[in-house]
Amino acid sequence: MNGFGHRHLLDLDGYSRPDIEYVLDAAESMSEILDRQVPQVPALRGVKLANMFFESSTRTRISFELAAKALGAEVINFAAGGSSLSKGESMVDTLATVAALGADMFVMRHARAGAPHLAARILDGPVINAGDGCHAHPSQGLLDALTIRRRFGAIDGLRVVIVGDIRHSRVARSNILALGKLGAELVLCGPPQLVPGQLAELPAVSIETDLDRAADGADVLMGLRIQHERMAGPWLASIGEYVSSYSIRRRHLESAGAGAILMHPGPQNTGVEIEPDLADSDRSVISEQVTAGLAVRMAVIYLLARNVLRVES
Amino acid sequence: MTDSPDLVIKGGRLIDPADGFDQVADLLVRAGRVEARGRDIGIPDGALLFDAGGLVVAPGLVDPHCHLRTPGQEHKETLESGARAAAAGGYTTVVAMANTNPVVDHPAVLRDIQERARGACVRIAQLASVSIGLEGKQLSDLGRLAAAGAIGFSDDGIPLASARLMRTAFEYATRFDLPVSNHAEDPTLIAGASMHEGRVSARLGLIGAPHQAEEIMLERDLRLALLTGCRYHALHISSGGSVEILDRARAAGTRLFAEISPHHLTLTDEQIAGGGEHAFDSQAKVNPPLRSRDHVDALRRGLAAGTFDLIGTDHAPHAEHEKLAPFEEAPSGFSGFETALGVMLSVVADGVLGLPDLLAMMTINPARLYGLPGGTLAPGVAADIVAIDTKRAWTVDRWQFRSRGKNSPLHGQTLPGRAVATWVNGEKVFEIESPGEGS
Repeated sequence: MNGFGHRHLLDLDGYSRPDIEYVLDAAESMSEILDRQVPQVPALRGVKLANMFFESSTRTRISFELAAKALGAEVINFAAGGSSLSKGESMVDTLATVAALGADMFVMRHARAGAPHLAARILDGPVINAGDGCHAHPSQGLLDALTIRRRFGAIDGLRVVIVGDIRHSRVARSNILALGKLGAELVLCGPPQLVPGQLAELPAVSIETDLDRAADGADVLMGLRIQHERMAGPWLASIGEYVSSYSIRRRHLESAGAGAILMHPGPQNTGVEIEPDLADSDRSVISEQVTAGLAVRMAVIYLLARNVLRVES
Repeated sequence: MTDSPDLVIKGGRLIDPADGFDQVADLLVRAGRVEARGRDIGIPDGALLFDAGGLVVAPGLVDPHCHLRTPGQEHKETLESGARAAAAGGYTTVVAMANTNPVVDHPAVLRDIQERARGACVRIAQLASVSIGLEGKQLSDLGRLAAAGAIGFSDDGIPLASARLMRTAFEYATRFDLPVSNHAEDPTLIAGASMHEGRVSARLGLIGAPHQAEEIMLERDLRLALLTGCRYHALHISSGGSVEILDRARAAGTRLFAEISPHHLTLTDEQIAGGGEHAFDSQAKVNPPLRSRDHVDALRRGLAAGTFDLIGTDHAPHAEHEKLAPFEEAPSGFSGFETALGVMLSVVADGVLGLPDLLAMMTINPARLYGLPGGTLAPGVAADIVAIDTKRAWTVDRWQFRSRGKNSPLHGQTLPGRAVATWVNGEKVFEIESPGEGS
């Protein structure tokens, strides 16, 4: 019936262009559900989804929770604070316990890269990576792709500039994969110490450390959150130094293409990644990203549940 | 032992790298020592016979670098389990690092290990730490440790950051003429790192250890070793860039023994990239890390050209539950005793070096560095012997390891050959059970 045969969403590395397009198309169908007066369907009634947040999150956790509930699934919320992890229980044991309690599928965020891969090796049910260390945040890559596709119709040939701390950004890595596979030309922009040169070895990826040059002719300008602990110390001299060179300003949008859009995965450091007020301009699609996120997460949860749990629709 | 019957190991290709002996010959062992070797030495009445037809017979292997976890981490390895694993890998003598708990920084700890090692089936020689608690601040009592039987000094596991302390240790060690080694990676350049810095680490979002971290500290150590005249054991070289540094130091007259580990000659960081859920497999996490193909190629060229003197297993067993953690949190290292020879035979099969040269790096060279018994089959020496079948292909099954550490990045791989029997003091400490075992 379709070629989407994945058991997990750990990374977009193993997802082909048709796979990604299949998820995005499914997300558009999910949007129709979300537009209904009662935005809920019983598709996953009886399915227990565990929201395993070993690293704290508000936006992503709520987004996955709402997505699962809109499909009729039950949601178990786990947060590392106050859990048995603080008593020394290992991640593996915690996951095994939640599985034994009846969880069918798992959404997982963890501060360590690859933690969801380990979870997938030991658990029977699908694992959805909701962010692992600096590695991947695949649902973010997909929702950004959906947001861009909705604006431009197609992603092929678009010049997408990702600005900021690429080195430590799982959002950047997942966007590189998602948008790269959909035909975008990716430009990574940031201080050289925060942009690993080896990423330019990926197809359609280039590095430009000057934001004025990077923004010239861009279709998408995407700011990345700068983590507080990276603002000063071995990585950056000071936040002022960063802002002076890499804050996305109005002039960058003006030198970009006529229909260029501004994106940010949130949460923003106001006035750091993006010039104040710009985030609220008509060029900004930041709130559209949030809406697209709900639909994409519904699609991912539904497709994996259908593949692995044999849920009948 | 003097009551034990004579042993004749018959008809093998006898290779003794210590004096270049290499011919099909018999080996007569009497009272735990090599009595004679040659084509027609006869079989004394009542002698045990081991048919070595088609096999290579060599001095028992000597590992200049392993971690036996005792005392303090016996859940990872005991001297008994480590020794049995070593014997199964063809080893008759192993040199244990000092990063135990407590650290081997006091003669009392050393004597405790020596006492416990007495029951082990292979010889265990123990290094002491350079600094108290491996903290890199206060020099250990090298003189008292040497008097108690330490065969050399190392803080391996933790790079010794202070050049000043390293120099002092080198200078003082010359008084005992004992070697000193160091885990040469600049700690500030590898802070937080869990793999090689390169294309794979950039994609996986893991902090990488740049190969320059090794080259910088190796260069420092070698210059200080030359300055002081200390014998320096360069541990587990992993960077292709280190080859030129080692060659230059040797040419300058540095007393250098350069070690390389089987995994750095055969595996790359691509193993960590995996595929799908198999990515981030902590079985492949080791320090210094598996590097990229260009490093492996450069190290193989160095090996072929004679840059290296020693094969060190860096046998570093861990408990399964410890490895079953997110990649960055999992401990570094894996079991090496039972696979090292097989992996190195694959390097020989690739034509990188000849079997006698390999055996020199696994026998007489480490024995000479640390003044250990064995390493040769010359008449009169202790009969530490290994019989090797270079054509007995087998598939690595980590769950079958004799080591308590069941962790290995080689699980499921086929190796071209292996040790089939091992003797220490003329007593058989290992023999492969059946033609089917390990295959």
